[in-house]
Amino acid sequence: MKRQIPLIIVLTLGIFFFIQFFVPSQVSTNIYQITLQWTIVISAFAIVLAVGSLFNHHMLKIKRRKPHWWNSIVTLAALVVMALLGILGRWRGLEKLGDLYHTLFLYVQAPMDSAMFAILAFYMASAAYRAFRARSQEAALLLISGFIVMLGVIPFGSMIWSRIPDIAEWILMVPNMAAKRGILFGVGLGMTATSLKIILGIERSWLGGGGK
Amino acid sequence: MRLKITGLLVLCWAAALAASPTSPPASQVPLTAAAIAPPSDIKAADTPNDAGHAITVSWQASPDEVSKMVEGYEVLRSETPEGGFIKVGYVPYGFTSYDDQDVPDNGKDYFYQIKAVGRESQALSLVSASARSAEQWFNTMRINALVSCILFTIIVIIFISRAKSGQSLFIRRIAGLAAVEEAVGRATEMGRPILYVPGLSSISDVATIAALNILGQVAKKTAEYDTPLLVPNRDPVVFTVAQEIVKEAYNEIGRPDAYNHDSVFYLTDSQMGFASGVDGIMAREKPATNFFLGMFWAESLILAETGAETGAIQIAGTDAVHQLPFFITACDYTLIGEELYAASAYLSREPMLLGTLKGQDWSKAVIVMLLIVGLAVSLINPGIRNIILQMLRVG
Repeated sequence: MKRQIPLIIVLTLGIFFFIQFFVPSQVSTNIYQITLQWTIVISAFAIVLAVGSLFNHHMLKIKRRKPHWWNSIVTLAALVVMALLGILGRWRGLEKLGDLYHTLFLYVQAPMDSAMFAILAFYMASAAYRAFRARSQEAALLLISGFIVMLGVIPFGSMIWSRIPDIAEWILMVPNMAAKRGILFGVGLGMTATSLKIILGIERSWLGGGGK
Repeated sequence: MRLKITGLLVLCWAAALAASPTSPPASQVPLTAAAIAPPSDIKAADTPNDAGHAITVSWQASPDEVSKMVEGYEVLRSETPEGGFIKVGYVPYGFTSYDDQDVPDNGKDYFYQIKAVGRESQALSLVSASARSAEQWFNTMRINALVSCILFTIIVIIFISRAKSGQSLFIRRIAGLAAVEEAVGRATEMGRPILYVPGLSSISDVATIAALNILGQVAKKTAEYDTPLLVPNRDPVVFTVAQEIVKEAYNEIGRPDAYNHDSVFYLTDSQMGFASGVDGIMAREKPATNFFLGMFWAESLILAETGAETGAIQIAGTDAVHQLPFFITACDYTLIGEELYAASAYLSREPMLLGTLKGQDWSKAVIVMLLIVGLAVSLINPGIRNIILQMLRVG
């Protein structure tokens, strides 16, 4: 019964939302919107569990004095401080705490996010070096086509030869696009097949226990 | 002297003309006096395949659009043809239709007028015939999708019944999935953990569900070999589902004691914060094997490059076309697009799942055949190309 009920719910709702896709009426649209709101409510409950997990994970690290355990103290302190400032800052008379919350967000978290994103540029350089070693025929082909595309999108490319941007455009729009569309066909079918497997109860790994 | 008198007369006449009550102010210049021609042939009809409260208005452009005297068109709506028109929308020149999405009542008559707006003048069209909005119960633009879904389901059911009857189904070797066993074994031998990232998307993403299906299979293997497993999560719902999946996998293998409740944990909701956290785990714990399966965005290369630097075997898989090159470059094995969805069937070898996979392959073959036929027909008769494209369009 523990497994039957979720399967029945998935089958019923799966078929309902399949039909809903083809029914544009107001009733159908309203039900869809309500369901979207439900997912937000469920997420809110899940956040409580997630924060609990985060807290336990780092408390265990501190208790067991695992390597770099002091980082966990910083994490937990940040979690508590930000939560308190966020909640208390909304109260009348405690607006200063709300301002501090925004200051910490704008001048600590946002720059850290940006710094992490900026590191991507360096990783791209190292990945490009790895990709552009012409060890096989395919890698050599990738190297040549990548080089032409790079030249095609900078002014220097057209200064070398006026047709280079056209060739770069052709590479992007013909062989590259064909490969992309091929992958997308497969992805579309894969998504449909996975949805079908879940709706019909063929795939039950998501329930835990792999279908037993 | 004669010149002075003539000048005075001209001045008086000009002053009298300016003060004349028959000369209306600029704001009262009738629209019909405008230099531009109005739009014509105004048609209003219910917008098809919607929930109602929408009427589509179309018209013939003003002939003065060619000479660039028209800047755009104002769409006016009224409940009576005699007057009371209010502006409900505006489209720039070049457009000859407008979807009025704010029709107050379904089943009530509405009338439309189109005002051509120029830099110096405006011109009002005639009033359209009455139109009513109505809600529809079936989207006719999705008939093709319905037919495709039914055909696909039939193909899948045929192959599932074949698989159930004991017929062996050949599935080609997928290197990335064949390497899963080896990767788990390597981690066991090295006494290091396995890192499994089920993407950064929510549970509503099919790629996440596919990643969670594979997690079940990987967790069974880690339970069998008693290898530590680390599953950091970004989405709270995905975290709770992943925890259940891993727990049940350990139960199924008969090693519930080996399950560590802390192995599946929540990191953060922040995209780059998550990438930073996983990078930290890779640098500190030095996992022998990294799995990056599911939906990834800009953080894909940050994760994969850090993993490559730590010397881990890396198996990645995503249907995000733009992240695939990064994974191919930095990982040892990459599941490209549909291979991610095939993984669960491939690893479990369950006949029912294999049947679905086979059905998926045959459906792909049907699509390829249709593409070839469509291409050939288009080459013979280019006019048919548009008909085929129209048939494939989903509204």
